[in-house]
Amino acid sequence: MEILVCIKQVPDPTVEVRIDPKTKNLVREGIVGVINPYDKNALEEAIRIKESQGGKVTVISMGPPQVKESLREALAMGADEAILLSDREFGGADTLATSYVLAQAIKKLGKVDIILFGKNAVDADTGQVGPIVAEKLGLPQITFASKISVDGNILLVDRHLEEATETIKVTLPAVITACKELNEPRYPNPLKIMKAARKEITVWGKTDIQVDAAKLGLKGSPTCVLEIFSPSKSTQVKILNGSPEEASQALFTVLREDKVI
Amino acid sequence: MNFDLNEEQKMLQKMVREFTEKEVAHLDEKMDKSGEFPYELMKKLADNGFYGIPYAEKYGGAGGDELSGALTLMELAKGSMSVAFTLATHWVPANALNNFGTEEQKQKYLVPMLTGEKLGAFALTEPGAGSDSAGIVSTGTADEDVWVLNGNKVFITNGGVSDIYVICVKTDKTKGAKGISAFIVEKGTPGFSIGKKEDKMGCRGSSTTELIMKDCRVPKENMIGNEGEGFKIAMSILEKGRMAFGALGIGISEACLSVAKKYANERQAFGKPIASFQAIQFIIANMAMEIELSKALLQKVASMYEKGEKCGTEAAMLKVFTSEMAMKAAKDAIQVLGGYGYTRDYPPERYLRDAKFLEIAEGANEVLRFVIGSTILRG
Ligand SMILES: Cc1cc2nc3c(=O)[nH]c(=O)nc-3n(C[C@H](O)[C@H](O)[C@H](O)COP(=O)(O)OP(=O)(O)OC[C@H]3O[C@@H](n4cnc5c(N)ncnc54)[C@H](O)[C@@H]3O)c2cc1C
Ligand SMILES: Cc1cc2nc3c(=O)[nH]c(=O)nc-3n(C[C@H](O)[C@H](O)[C@H](O)COP(=O)(O)OP(=O)(O)OC[C@H]3O[C@@H](n4cnc5c(N)ncnc54)[C@H](O)[C@@H]3O)c2cc1C
Repeated sequence: MEILVCIKQVPDPTVEVRIDPKTKNLVREGIVGVINPYDKNALEEAIRIKESQGGKVTVISMGPPQVKESLREALAMGADEAILLSDREFGGADTLATSYVLAQAIKKLGKVDIILFGKNAVDADTGQVGPIVAEKLGLPQITFASKISVDGNILLVDRHLEEATETIKVTLPAVITACKELNEPRYPNPLKIMKAARKEITVWGKTDIQVDAAKLGLKGSPTCVLEIFSPSKSTQVKILNGSPEEASQALFTVLREDKVI
Repeated sequence: MNFDLNEEQKMLQKMVREFTEKEVAHLDEKMDKSGEFPYELMKKLADNGFYGIPYAEKYGGAGGDELSGALTLMELAKGSMSVAFTLATHWVPANALNNFGTEEQKQKYLVPMLTGEKLGAFALTEPGAGSDSAGIVSTGTADEDVWVLNGNKVFITNGGVSDIYVICVKTDKTKGAKGISAFIVEKGTPGFSIGKKEDKMGCRGSSTTELIMKDCRVPKENMIGNEGEGFKIAMSILEKGRMAFGALGIGISEACLSVAKKYANERQAFGKPIASFQAIQFIIANMAMEIELSKALLQKVASMYEKGEKCGTEAAMLKVFTSEMAMKAAKDAIQVLGGYGYTRDYPPERYLRDAKFLEIAEGANEVLRFVIGSTILRG
C-alpha cells in the first residue's frame, strides 16, 4: 500500500497569532511552526494502515525550508520518506496554486493508493486543498473521515458530519481528508527521532516537477487576500449611577442610542 | 565550543516536553497525595521508547547521546520528579549491564530493560552502610554453580516495582571494598523478597523499599564483571548518576521558576503586580542565573562523558550545586507565592519535598564536597 500524506506547517495554534495592522500579514516572528493538527491525524492513520497492511508512507509539504523540521517530525512519528516542495516561485500561493504544485508532485511520485490530507489547515482554514488535489488527479474524494477500515483495495470510511455519520465505500486510489475524531496521533519515537534528525530531506523545486510557471505561487493565484485583521475587542464598562429608576432610564437611553432596541 | 542543541536533541526535547505536559504533569499531585506508583504512566513511557533513550540501538536503545538522556530527565522532572527519578534510577542498573556486562547478560537483561519490557533497580545501601558503602555486610557465598545471597538492602528505588535488580554484596568478608561483587537478581527468584516500603516526604510517586535476601540462589553467570569488582562498578555508575541528578535538579528548579514567574505577574499588592517589586525581581533573577549556569555545566559534563573523559569531580560539582539550587528555588518559589505557597493547593511545597532527596542520595552532598575538595587539594 503506497500512502501519501500532505502536511502543512502552521503557526503553533496554542500561541495567539497577531496580525500586523500595517503589513496585514501574520506576525510570524517568534512563533514556531508545527504540523497542522488534522494533518497529524492523517499521518497517524497512514502509519496505522501501513502497520496493518504493509507498504510505505510518504509525507509531502509545500513551503519554505523551515518546513523540513515538521517533515522530520513526521518521519519520527513513522513516515518512511519526506519530500519538501520549495521554490521562491511557489510563494504566495492560494489554494488553487498550492493544489496545483501538490498534484504535479504527486503525479511525479507515480503509483499512490491513498492520499491523505487534514480536513483543513488551522491558519487559513479553507479546507479546499484536499478536494482540489483530488479533482486535479481525477480521484474520488472523501472528506471529514472519522474512521477508516481497509479491505483489500476497498476502504470503508465514516464521514463525521454535523448531525450524522455517513459511511462510504470507495475503491482505491482515493483522496481522504482527516478530522480529529479519526484517531489519537502518537508521539514521535526516540529511535526514529535520531534517524530522522540525521536524514537528508528531498527538496523539489519548480524544475524537479513538471509545472507551468504561470500557474505557480502569486502569479498562479486568482485569490488575493485584500485585507486581514483581528476583530477589535474593545470592551468598555460604563457604570450608570442613580436610583434603580434613574439607572434603568439611563440604560434604556443608551441602548436606544446604540440601536440595540 | 558549541552550546546549541543539535537537531536530534532539539526534536527529542520537544517530544519529551509535549509528552510531559500532556501525559505526566497533571498526575503528579495525585501521586504525591496517594503515594502510589504510577504503573500505567510508566507503561506509557515504556511504550513511547523512553526506557532506552541514551543507549545503543543494537541493545534496543534509541541511540541517543548522554545529553539526550539528561535532557529527557530534565524535561520529565518539570512535570514530575517521581517519574523522572524512576527513569533515572532505571538507567543505573542499565549502565552496570551496558558498561560491565557480558554480551549474554546484555541480550538477556539489558535488551528487555531498554525496550521497555522490564524495569530495573540498583541496590547498594544497607541499614548500616550508606555513605560508607564499602561497609556493607550482606554476603554472597559460592555453592557449586550458584551464588547464595543473604542480607538486607534499604532505600532501594524501584524496589517492588522492578523486574531486574543489580545487587552488591560482600563475596569476601576479609576484604573491604575489593571484597564486593555485583549480581543480577530477577524478581521472583526464591529467597528474594521485598520488605518495607518507605513512606517518604517527597518523590512519593517513586517506590523506595527494602530488599530481603534469604538464601537467595543466583546462577554463577549472573555476576557482573569479576569477583571483587562490584564496588568499582558501583562507583562508576553512581558517578554517572550524578549527571542524571543534575538534570533532575535543573528540571525541578525550572518548574519552580515557572510557577514563581506566573504568580509574580498575576498577584497584585499595593496596586501593582508583585513582579514590579525589586525584591521579587531579585529572587527571579537569582533562580534564572543559577539555572543557566547549571545547564552549561550539565552540557560540559555530558560532553565529557560522551568523549569518555574522566569527570567524576565535575559530575560531583554538578550534583551538589544543582541539588542545593533546587532546594533554594523551591523555598524561594514558596516565598514568592506567600501564604498560598505554604499550602498544598500550589505546587512549590511539593517541589521542596521532592527536591530534598537530591542532596542526600547518589552520594550525600557532604561526602561529595569532601571528594571535590580533596581532589582539588591533591591536584
Ligand atoms: C489569513 C489567510 C487567509 C487566506 N485565505 C485564503 C482564501 O480565502 N483563499 C485562498 O485560496 N487562499 C487563502 N489563503 C492562502 C492559503 O494559506 C494557502 O492557499 C494555503 O497554501 C492553503 O490553504 P489552506 O491553509 O486554507 O489549506 P486547507 O485547504 O485548509 O488545507 C487542507 C489540507 O491540505 C493540505 N495542505 C494545505 N497546504 C499545504 C501545503 N502547503 N503543503 C502540503 N499540504 C498542504 C494539508 O493536508 C491540509 O490539512 C489565505 C492565507 C491566510 C494566511
Ligand atoms: C529517595 C532515596 C532513594 C535512594 N535510592 C537508593 C537506591 O536506589 N539504591 C541504593 O543503594 N541506595 C539508595 N538510597 C540511599 C542513599 O544512597 C543513601 O541514603 C546515601 O548514600 C546516604 O547514606 P545514609 O542515608 O546511610 O546516610 P549516612 O551515610 O548515615 O549519612 C548521614 C549524614 O552524615 C553525613 N556523613 C556521612 N559520612 C560523612 C563523612 N565522611 N563526612 C561528612 N559527613 C558525612 C552525610 O552526608 C549525612 O548528612 C536512596 C536514598 C534516598 C533518600
